Amino acid sequence: MSEPGAARPEGTTVHASGGADTIVAERLAARGESLAHSTMPRERGALARLGAGIRRHKMASFGAAIVVLVALSAIFAPWLSPHDPLEQDVLLRLATPSAEFPLGNDSFGRDILSRILWGGRVSLYVSTAAVGIAIVIGGALGILAGYIGGKFDRIVMAAMDVLLSFPTLVMGLLVVAMLGPTVGNLILAITLTAVAPFARIARAPTLTVKERDFIEAGRALGFSNLRLMAVHILPNVLDDILVMAALWLATAIRTEASLSFIGLGVRPPTATWGGMIREGFENILDSPWLAILPSLAILIVMLGLNMIGDGLRDTSDPRLRHE
Amino acid sequence: MNSAPALVVDRLTTEFRIDGRWHAAIRDVSFTVGRHETLALVGESGCGKSITALSIMRLVPRANGRIASGRVLLDGRDLVQLDEAELEATRGGAIAMIFQEPMTSLNPVLPIGFQVAETLRYHTKLSAAEARAKALALLEHVKIPSARRRFDDYPHQFSGGMRQRVMIAMALACKPQIVLADEPTTALDVTIQAQVLALLAELKAETGMALIFITHNLGVVASIADRVAVMYAGDIVETAPVTTLFERPMHPYTEALLSSIPRVDRDAGDLKPIAGQVPPITAMPAGCRYADRCPLRIERCATRPPLVALPSDPRHEVRCWVRAGEPGASA
Repeated sequence: MSEPGAARPEGTTVHASGGADTIVAERLAARGESLAHSTMPRERGALARLGAGIRRHKMASFGAAIVVLVALSAIFAPWLSPHDPLEQDVLLRLATPSAEFPLGNDSFGRDILSRILWGGRVSLYVSTAAVGIAIVIGGALGILAGYIGGKFDRIVMAAMDVLLSFPTLVMGLLVVAMLGPTVGNLILAITLTAVAPFARIARAPTLTVKERDFIEAGRALGFSNLRLMAVHILPNVLDDILVMAALWLATAIRTEASLSFIGLGVRPPTATWGGMIREGFENILDSPWLAILPSLAILIVMLGLNMIGDGLRDTSDPRLRHE
Repeated sequence: MNSAPALVVDRLTTEFRIDGRWHAAIRDVSFTVGRHETLALVGESGCGKSITALSIMRLVPRANGRIASGRVLLDGRDLVQLDEAELEATRGGAIAMIFQEPMTSLNPVLPIGFQVAETLRYHTKLSAAEARAKALALLEHVKIPSARRRFDDYPHQFSGGMRQRVMIAMALACKPQIVLADEPTTALDVTIQAQVLALLAELKAETGMALIFITHNLGVVASIADRVAVMYAGDIVETAPVTTLFERPMHPYTEALLSSIPRVDRDAGDLKPIAGQVPPITAMPAGCRYADRCPLRIERCATRPPLVALPSDPRHEVRCWVRAGEPGASA
C-alpha cells in the first residue's frame, strides 16, 4: 500500500513504459479527457465527480482499466475459463504451456489459467466485502464520533486505536486460527483491521465540516442531527473515504493472499491466488511459473488499485479540481 | 387579521461559561415584533445582536452556553421550553433565519435546487417532484436568473448575492411568520446589498412576514426598518420607531452612535468617536453598562436603569436614569 506523501509518478510514466496495454490506456485516457470536457460542464455528486476525476487523470484511468478488466474476468470466470479449475489429470502434472492449457498445469494437472481466473473471484469477493463493510461501520463511527465529540469521541477513537495496533496479518491469523478458515471469517478478520482507518479518515473532515456555517444554517432550518450527518456531512467526507477504499482494497487482497499462502485462507482445493503460490512454491525450482503467475495476478491488481487511489487523491484535492 | 404580535421576547438572558463561571452575554432583553413589522436590531460588534438571534432560534451552543431565563413567545408557545423535536419542526417552519455569510452557509457539495427542495420536503408532506417544482418557483421568486437551467448547479457556481438569494429562498420556503436576518448584506458589496434589501422588502410586503434585521449599518436601518432596538453590551438601551430614533435619539449611546457616522452633508471633523471601551463580558458593571463612557453620568447610574417608555411617547423606550424623565433631548 502506498503511503500518503510518497512520490507520485505523473501520467507521463505511462507513456514511457510502452507496449500494447499502454496504447490502449492512452486511448482510454484521451477519450476520457475529451468526454470530461464535452459532457461534464458541471459537477454532480461526489461519485460522479470522482468518476470524472479518474477519467481526467491518466494514471488513474490506467489503474481503473486494469481493475475493471480483472474484476470482469473474475465475475465471468465460469464462462471464460477453458477448464474446470478443480479437474485433475495426473498425466498433465507440471506440464508446460500448450495450446489447450495456455499457462500450463500445476502439480495435480489442473489448468492454471482457469485457476487464476477462479482465484480472482475469492480475492475480489473477500476484499470488496470486507472493505465495503468496513466503510459502512468505520465511516458511520467516524462521522458519529466527530459530530458528537466529547466522551463518545474519545471512547470510540480509543477503541479504534486498539484495533489499529494489530497489524492486519496478525489480526487475520488470530481470527482465522480461532474461528476457522472460512470465507466469512476471512472477511471478518480483514474488516476488523480496516474499520479503524475508515473511522479515522471519516472523523477528521467531520470535525471541520461540522463547524462550518452551512451546518448551523441547516440547524436553523430545523434539520435533525441524523439528517445533518447523513445528507450534509457525509458527501463532504466521501472523497476521502473513497481514496482510502481504493488503497485498502489492495491491502485486503494482499492480506487474503497472505493468509491463503500460510494455509489459513480458504481451504484447498478451492483456487485462490495465495494458495496457488504456496502450492507452486513446492516446485519453484523446476516449475517457477506455478508461483510466478498468481503472484503476477496479485501484483497487477494491487498496482491498478494503488494507481486509482493515488489518482483519486490528486483529483479530489479541491484546489486542483477546478483548474 | 390577527393582531397578536408575531414574536414576543421577554426578559431573555443568555449566559456563557468562561473559566468555569457563567457570564450574561445578553441580559433581560425584551422586545415585541408585530406582524408585518421590521425591527432592526443595531449595535456594534459584540453587543449581543447575534446572540439574541441565536437565543431566539435556540441555537446557542450547548457546550458552553445556556438561556438562563426569559421567554420567547411565538404563536403563544414558549420556544425556550420546547424540546429538540418540537424545535426542529419550528425552525425553518414558523421561524427562519438568514445568515451573514452566503459564501459558506450553503453546502458546497449539494446542488442549490436540492438544498431548497430539501427544506420543503423536511417540513411539508410534498413529494420529491412537487418539492422540486416548488423549489424552482421559489428560486424564480427570489430572482435567480434562468433558475430552471441553474437548478442543479452547485453553490460555487454562484456569486455571493445569488447565494444570498438562495439562502432567502430556503428561509422563506415554508412561509415563516418571522424571519431573523443576521447581517444578511454585510458580506455583499454595496450594489448587491441594495438589491438584496429591495428583494427582502418586496417579499415581506408579499408574504406579510415579520422581520428582525440585525445590522450595524445605520444606513441600512434607515432604509428597511419600521422600528429600531439599539443594543449596547448585552442590553437593549433604546427602542423607537425608525424616524423618531434618527430625529430624537434619547439614550446617550444612541446619540453618540449617530454622531459617529460620517455623513456627506457634514464635515468629517464633526465626527465624534465614543471615548472609552465596551466593558468586557467578564467585568460588567452592576449598574448602567454605558456609565463609564457617558457624559451625562450621575450617581444613580451605579444602579441598573429599567427600560421605560417616555412620558411623551409610549412607543419610545429608553434605559437611562437621566433621559427617562425627559426633557433635554438633543438631535
